[in-house]
Amino acid sequence: MKISPLSLGFIAITLMFGLKGANASEDINPEFKDLLKEGLRTKGSVQLERFLSLDATQNFCSDSNVNVNSAEAGQLMSKALQQIQYPAGSSYLGDWKEGERIAQSGKGLRFNDTNDTENGGNCYACHQIRKDELAYGTLGPSLYQYGKLRGYSDEVLRYTWAKIFNPQAFLMCSNMPRYGHNGILTVEQMRNILALLLDPQSPVNE
Amino acid sequence: MIRRILVTVLISVFWCGQLFAEDETAAGIQEYRDLLSDGNPAELWVLSGEELWFTSVGPKGASLETCDLGKGPGVVRGAYVELPRYFSDVKKVMDLEQRLIHCRMAIQGFSYLDVTSYPFTKRGQETSEIEILVAFVASESRGMHMNIPLEHAEEQKMFDLGEQIFYFRAGSHDFGCITCHSGDNRRIRLQELPNFRNQDQARKTYGSWPAYRVSAGEVRTMQHRLYDCFRQQRFPEAIYGNDMITALIMFLAKSADGGVYNAPAMKR
Repeated sequence: MKISPLSLGFIAITLMFGLKGANASEDINPEFKDLLKEGLRTKGSVQLERFLSLDATQNFCSDSNVNVNSAEAGQLMSKALQQIQYPAGSSYLGDWKEGERIAQSGKGLRFNDTNDTENGGNCYACHQIRKDELAYGTLGPSLYQYGKLRGYSDEVLRYTWAKIFNPQAFLMCSNMPRYGHNGILTVEQMRNILALLLDPQSPVNE
Repeated sequence: MIRRILVTVLISVFWCGQLFAEDETAAGIQEYRDLLSDGNPAELWVLSGEELWFTSVGPKGASLETCDLGKGPGVVRGAYVELPRYFSDVKKVMDLEQRLIHCRMAIQGFSYLDVTSYPFTKRGQETSEIEILVAFVASESRGMHMNIPLEHAEEQKMFDLGEQIFYFRAGSHDFGCITCHSGDNRRIRLQELPNFRNQDQARKTYGSWPAYRVSAGEVRTMQHRLYDCFRQQRFPEAIYGNDMITALIMFLAKSADGGVYNAPAMKR
């Protein structure tokens, strides 16, 4: 097989872009990095180092002129979708009462928390969920009657799991944390959250 | 004791507000604010701060009457609405709290540790001196317009860095200032969130800090407001009086440029 200089160049460019896309972390500019290093200090479980090199999604979304409809955004979203891990045996639903407790809790991963603090999902900070909880935020859409409105099909279960695991797979630069991808919640906790939204017995679906 | 009764009454009014139906919730909170608007406890902090400003203290036994907050030695009136700014004597941009740290060290002879180790009053403990000084200086700009011209290159540089911090999304939750402060009519739980990309909202919000926090029973400064934002963002701990916070304050102050300054206000 004969390889032309042109195709060699093409392969080289593809490799360069491929490697760039595969980078786990990207360095931020030195002046800004120095400002962060002098202004912030590691405390509790929050490590300063994590803030000095961002992952590709954070780096992309930290641009004040970000274009979430760009080709790069599309690539990041596809990659996020490929990396989603689904629960063993497609066992999506846990205990909705536990899910409610996790949805109420805003604890965990702050510098005043300890490594023993159980992380909450803090869902109510941004979403309406149960009707009888009036102290809900509005950064995200209402999830009241989530299952009742969408049905309880495998597709809905699978999508909802994926959305909580990594919202960046569906909406680039979403405000919602990547609960599974970043290990904020355990698989068991996410199953309980899913039950809160998609168990027909959950008060959310009354 | 009086403060405890006051706080209990205020919290009761606030929680009654939460019993209202959804569209009445915001009205309930506003009504609670209106009820309180006549007597803001921050005035006590302002008076204490004024007294401390004119009192000779520290190893050098001096008052702050020669402290230059940017408008000449001892000029307090109108200083806050022009901060942060570049100070040629130290060749850097400072916010009010950095400048007070500087004056207390240079004029009164305190050590850096003396004036930075207790910036935020802890519940049940003595009041932080920096909080009362900030309340006093801020009150002397009430009714004036925010005026941040960014004429010096260093000021522009701090603004640019502050803008980067505003958009910087990082940490376990990918949060940044922008997560909560870039959209209109949004809330965290029941707390309304100002959109800092909207000039009217930026003016109203920036112009209300520092503020008496009913939940804390203390006057909290801008440094404290941002310290707690970073905590909630799952960021590492912000070091008090650092340039990173000053850069962000510069960005926020400029976003509020031209607005009428009306602090110390009163908040939840």
